[in-house]
Amino acid sequence: MIAIIDYGVGNLFSLCSSLKMLGLEAEVTADPKKIKGADRIILPGVGAFGDAIEKLRATGLVEPLTEEVKKGKPLLGICLGMQLLFEKSFEYGEHDGLGYLKGKICNLADDIQTGLKVPEMGWNSLHFIKKEHPLLRYIQEGDYVYYVHSYYAKNCAESLVAVSDYEVEVPGIVGYKNVMGTQFHPEKSGAVGLSILKAFSEIQ
Amino acid sequence: MITKRIIPCLDIRDGRVVKGTNFQGIQDIADPVEMAKYYNESGADELVFYDITASVEQRKLFTDILRDVASQIFIPLTVGGGIHTVDDFDRVLKCGADKVSVNSGAIKNPDLIYEAAKKYGNQCVVLSMDVKRVDGQFIVFAKGGRENTGLDAIQWAKQGVQNGAGEIVLNSIDTDGVRNGFDLEMLDAIADVADVPIIASGGAGTMEHFAELFRHPAMDAGLAAGIFHSGEVKIWDLKQYLRSQGIEMRI
Repeated sequence: MIAIIDYGVGNLFSLCSSLKMLGLEAEVTADPKKIKGADRIILPGVGAFGDAIEKLRATGLVEPLTEEVKKGKPLLGICLGMQLLFEKSFEYGEHDGLGYLKGKICNLADDIQTGLKVPEMGWNSLHFIKKEHPLLRYIQEGDYVYYVHSYYAKNCAESLVAVSDYEVEVPGIVGYKNVMGTQFHPEKSGAVGLSILKAFSEIQ
Repeated sequence: MITKRIIPCLDIRDGRVVKGTNFQGIQDIADPVEMAKYYNESGADELVFYDITASVEQRKLFTDILRDVASQIFIPLTVGGGIHTVDDFDRVLKCGADKVSVNSGAIKNPDLIYEAAKKYGNQCVVLSMDVKRVDGQFIVFAKGGRENTGLDAIQWAKQGVQNGAGEIVLNSIDTDGVRNGFDLEMLDAIADVADVPIIASGGAGTMEHFAELFRHPAMDAGLAAGIFHSGEVKIWDLKQYLRSQGIEMRI
């Protein structure tokens, strides 16, 4: 069973539907027992970093989550959920993240010199950095995925799996050991996105 | 790099797609779920569902359809029509919409954009504008283009973005249905003051019209209904053509 962590942020309709489409058993839950019992975990999220990490801490789920991560259980953060995996974010102030991955979350607008719009909203192609990573198992270099974000991960060379070019190099897929994340929305990225979720469900 | 987007718009009334004609390969061309699947398979980057019903019963039917589509198709879905309150946002988001577009509802209640953006994030709020030239000025029309609001379109777009609209759909009443090309003059004038993605609508008749549109860098997406529904322009062919013209497309 995949436990989707419920901490009151984001719309989980599409994520649940896409897992169901893949024939995977998933449950949206805030129950530490269910998180312990699950064989893998998804951390979703949209909105602002500060608000989200506060809500996540308020559920008391950070401790059980960290415990499961230490045991080696596969974890996938999606969009803001991926950003939360890092050490720090500079979205409206400075906030500590979960610190499972090395790196920080910074404003895209500060680093873009040309006229590209922020948020980055739309389909962008993936360039593979760690070609052997299990999340890439069913997709190809150059496949397109759907992004909606104003902040992005930096200083995260250790966990870079695939990037997209938006004048700067946007980490699209990150992964270090059992902790993984996608900046884009796999549940909105058509067949390519479903393939990534399928690959995640098969990681041992 | 990020691609330009091609977006078909489905007008839904009584649970059926209006104007669905001349399709090959689908049995029931007016069934929104079948049509959404067809578009998904033919490479649409996003779908817009427009609820043109009025009654409460029909509205329920619309949300049932939306839920059905959203549980089978995994590309971004925008819903418009009949959005007047934050509760309306809630109603369609719960059924699987990713973005909600407001038009007359925001004109009646200018706080709607701000309130919805605060609750769901800017990325979720799309400002849809029907624009027409009146004495050389771009004016916003309401109620499906029937009512002159007197609002200056450039100011309205600026205000919308300030209030938190994350995207703007610009529909030109002057070029709508004419199939002689997008209203590039109007589109550029508004894109100039709005630093969010711009979806152009109204006037597409040929594949060349989309190429022309995307040569204007501020244009992010092209939306159309009739030419896609009639099969005159096939999305797959259109995207191949645009890519051959050097325009980045998801294929």
